[in-house]
Amino acid sequence: MTTYIIRRLIQGVFILFIITIAAFGLTRKAFDPMAQYTLGRISAEDRARIRANLGLDQPIPVQYFKWLGLAVRGDFGYSATNHQPVSELIMQRLPQTLVLMVTSEVVIILLSVILGIYSAVKQYSLFDNIMTGLSFVGYSLPIFFIALMLMFIFAVQFKEWDLPYLPTGADIWDFSDPRELALHLILPVASLSIIQVAAYTRYLRSSMLEVLSQDYIRTARAKGLMKSAVIMRHALKNAALPIVTLIGLDVPFLLGGAIVTETVYSWPGMGRLFWQQAGRGDYPTVMAILLLVATAVVVFQILTDVAYTFIDPRIRLS
Amino acid sequence: MSTSESEKLAIPRLAFDPGAAESVSAPLSPGQLAWRRFRRHKMAMAGSVGLILVIFFIIVGSFFYSEKDANRVDVVHRLTPPSTTNYFGTDSTGRDLLARIIYGGQISLFIGILSVALALILGIAVGGLAGYLGGWVDIILMRFTEAALSIPSLFLLIILGKLFGSEIPTLKFLDRTFSGSVIVVILVIGLTSWMYLARIVRANILSLREMDYVSAARALGAGNLRILVRHLIPNTMMAIIVTATLGLAQAIISEAYVSFLGLGVQPPTASWGNLMDQSISLIQRGVWWMWVFPSLFIVMTILFTNFIGDGLRDAFDPRSTRHL
Repeated sequence: MTTYIIRRLIQGVFILFIITIAAFGLTRKAFDPMAQYTLGRISAEDRARIRANLGLDQPIPVQYFKWLGLAVRGDFGYSATNHQPVSELIMQRLPQTLVLMVTSEVVIILLSVILGIYSAVKQYSLFDNIMTGLSFVGYSLPIFFIALMLMFIFAVQFKEWDLPYLPTGADIWDFSDPRELALHLILPVASLSIIQVAAYTRYLRSSMLEVLSQDYIRTARAKGLMKSAVIMRHALKNAALPIVTLIGLDVPFLLGGAIVTETVYSWPGMGRLFWQQAGRGDYPTVMAILLLVATAVVVFQILTDVAYTFIDPRIRLS
Repeated sequence: MSTSESEKLAIPRLAFDPGAAESVSAPLSPGQLAWRRFRRHKMAMAGSVGLILVIFFIIVGSFFYSEKDANRVDVVHRLTPPSTTNYFGTDSTGRDLLARIIYGGQISLFIGILSVALALILGIAVGGLAGYLGGWVDIILMRFTEAALSIPSLFLLIILGKLFGSEIPTLKFLDRTFSGSVIVVILVIGLTSWMYLARIVRANILSLREMDYVSAARALGAGNLRILVRHLIPNTMMAIIVTATLGLAQAIISEAYVSFLGLGVQPPTASWGNLMDQSISLIQRGVWWMWVFPSLFIVMTILFTNFIGDGLRDAFDPRSTRHL
């Protein structure tokens, strides 16, 4: 077990190493760090001085290892546009993104467990058929369509119809006020959840159906246990196993899905920061966010695999 | 009496028609069996019909609207809601949305198909090499694949869009001018979507390599190339076709994402994604046609393609008897 975890960690570090090399090469090619100094009257000598100050006159591999040396100590340098430390910039946005992610994840898990179980127990009922159809459609919906539609109905039209409407991100609001926060969370969380709920409900339904046809379920029913107890205590535990892996692997990818959602609702999170700063050519911030997201993905992969052995004792990691 | 008896006797004889028995047991090739299962898959057939209708719409539509109509700016009639003159309304510079959806659809599907083709080449090459050669090649290629999978694709799409986006020439093709960004988007999507395919091809080849029929072929004196071309690739083809079909839906979504964020296809060339790039700012003014119509076409195309992909997966699975 310990050797397995150590091996996975070494593998993870190796993968992150490849990612940083590729990402550094790409961002350095994609963004011109000197672009912002072409405006105004800056003499050639000044430009050369700035280049030297930023270390841009050195070969790319040297720049990369300098960046890596600082990055592993948590120092991502200064933003190329805000002249603020990148770590500060990210720490301002990270809590908002986490609030959005955690709330969405809770909603996703609760809804898909309830809907999945109900669909499986009432197989081929009207509810089940409707859910199957809806999950097919939901899975094919692009997130910007969901986000725009929810915003149009519940924010724009409700306001027009003089109904109590939900706020969009377009106005300035106080993040520390829990009521404001909750109101502002509803639409982005709904947008982030719908696609995932559609997917997980289908998975959970089919794995529930598989488990419900097992002998030990019949045994539990035969010894007189209530149906609800059998479903919750015996069936769900086993049916949820494959979903745990799925969720563990998907969680960090919510960060990526959040780029569009955060942009539509002007949510002050990390996805939107990435998109904005990429548009402005702020390569230090872009690199830092990339590394953060990739690390989250790799860490969650290892955690999921390890957690799986605890949940399912039949699995032995080798 | 005797005639009716012989008639009775004739009935079982008719049922025992050797010709009928022959037609039932006529062997069908795996391809024919798959096609038969696909035809009986209701969702897949609905998806096929739907997709054909969408394609029909965007091809026939271009006989009614010229590309000039799609790009004609008319500031007086900007942001008009759907009416009898502009069935889908007009955009923020007064261009007719129906015409732009027709031409945008051609671009979106063109991007989808070509980027899937690029992803297929990359995925089969990487997966095939890793699976067949094994050893160090396998380790390095698969770590690289994992690394590429560890960055959510939208982040990669944005960076690659920035990387290639700076130098965009205009292209002339079949008497039409395209923004060079179309090629950029194809490259960007192709380069970010080969990873799953590579993994599937590798896993397939790894397991197929150990099959008895491969050992048998080897014992009969077949070389590496023959085994790869005659045995391994045909047996992987079905998984490849399914992945490519589902990949087409994904590619159309990806195009819409990058163009929606303003990093994709650049106007005046229309694509389903870039028709919507101003909808966030206009939604507060009650403008809905600018994103509802393009979204509907995107959703329909994705839904139908996914149906077809699911149908193909069931049809290609020889153990699936569900639809026989």
